[in-house]
Amino acid sequence: MKVTYYPGCSLHGMGKEYDQSMKAVSRALNIELKEVDDWSCCGASAAHNTNFDLSVALPARNLIAAEKDAMDVMVPCAACFNRFKMAEHHLKADKDLKARIEGVLGAKYQGGIAIRNPIDVIYNEIGMDALAAKVVKPMTGLKPVSYYGCLLLRPPEVCQFENYENPFMLDKIMRTIGADVKNWSYKTDCCGGSLSVSKTPIVTNLCDKLMAAAKEAGANCVVTACPMCMANLEMRPSANMKMPVFYFTELISLALGLPGSQETFKTHLTDPQPLLNQLRLV
Amino acid sequence: METFLEEVNKKIHGVPLQACYHCRKCTAGCPAASYMEFNPNKVIKMIQNGQKDRVLSSSTIWLCLSCETCITRCPNQVDIARMMDVLRQMAIEEGRAAKEANVLKFHEAFLSSIKFGGRVHEMLMTVHYKLKSGDLFGDVDIAPSMFLKGKLSLLPPRTKDLKSVRNIFEKTQSK
Ligand code: SF4
Ligand code: SF4
Ligand code: SF4
Ligand code: SF4
Repeated sequence: MKVTYYPGCSLHGMGKEYDQSMKAVSRALNIELKEVDDWSCCGASAAHNTNFDLSVALPARNLIAAEKDAMDVMVPCAACFNRFKMAEHHLKADKDLKARIEGVLGAKYQGGIAIRNPIDVIYNEIGMDALAAKVVKPMTGLKPVSYYGCLLLRPPEVCQFENYENPFMLDKIMRTIGADVKNWSYKTDCCGGSLSVSKTPIVTNLCDKLMAAAKEAGANCVVTACPMCMANLEMRPSANMKMPVFYFTELISLALGLPGSQETFKTHLTDPQPLLNQLRLV
Repeated sequence: METFLEEVNKKIHGVPLQACYHCRKCTAGCPAASYMEFNPNKVIKMIQNGQKDRVLSSSTIWLCLSCETCITRCPNQVDIARMMDVLRQMAIEEGRAAKEANVLKFHEAFLSSIKFGGRVHEMLMTVHYKLKSGDLFGDVDIAPSMFLKGKLSLLPPRTKDLKSVRNIFEKTQSK
């Protein structure tokens, strides 16, 4: 299948491991990516915290650019995904707002393309059988808990993700590549990402709680689909609470034996290589 | 004259706050509630009582993480996350000093970064924030290691049609 791809700022910066592994996995699973023409930032929490119209107009500029390609737009960053879905929701629900935003942008918003996250694309479009058939190195010994965070799922009427209190798609993807995924009840709890820099002590408490729960569940790592969650979970827990965190695409890439799949582990802020070595996965 | 409640409801543009029957489910699930001056359900009561000053000058509105747990679980679909956005924007429009000043400074640094290049450059944004907030020492131990690992690039990324991005900022300004 072919999709329009919106990397967002993080995937070209701190979250480049997500971009690299996303591209490798897409190639291997025959998902062709066409980048949104001349995209700009979605505004993230800074825009919706301070100016509602701005928080709709910034994603709308990108949605309109993506509509030119007439394909689904795949948005890997959970934060961008949420801002895109929110903008779509408001533009479809409020005619006056739509007219106002189109006035600002000098272009029409059609609302005709679906906004999708790669978890959904890989689970529903590629499917677990096709994924399983490509696994050459099962992730034996890896015990992740899957961490969905907030922004893929909430609010549910807007995000339209599956089972918003107890989602399972990421868990099934992990199981399919041979990981012994652990169950826990913190899949969708917030890690405090939006205040990571400005109110760090609060965020450290939230991250420590998550890490303690992950350890209690018997996990030896955490898997995520959000560059903000990744940065937060790698940097903010207290030193004795840290454990390796992976983008789910990095683990798929490793399980599929894709070229360059070990490269992205080198740039993590919490080094996952000792664990992978110990489990003989690299 | 419009009451504070009416003003907030109009801006939320959805389920009015009167639909709340104060079951406190929102507060029970809120990850930030224990750090807040007033918990989310209390804020609704205060708005109903017209306590505009206390609400808009509180730390609560700046400590909300926008995690959307409250709206997800409210039996009456009261959109507290949206309410917090509305309250922050009212505080900004009235020129009130934010009780958690660094939270607002971070948002401002982030938005300046978008205005500058169309895309956010994490390092420029961080420097900008540090100068504004005076928080010069937070994370100094992390930045160099990110540099060495090549996670922070030196070249700021750019949207080519920058004019269209800056135009969005200009035209949404006065709202
Ligand atoms: S959410 Fe983050 S990464 Fe996504 S575009 Fe916005 S700022 Fe940039
Ligand atoms: S970074 Fe943390 S706070 Fe932000 S969305 Fe991801 S889970 Fe929620
Ligand atoms: S959950 Fe809804 S009804 Fe219950 S207190 Fe919170 S806002 Fe009110
Ligand atoms: S959105 Fe804000 S108020 Fe609602 S639960 Fe999250 S932190 Fe609490």
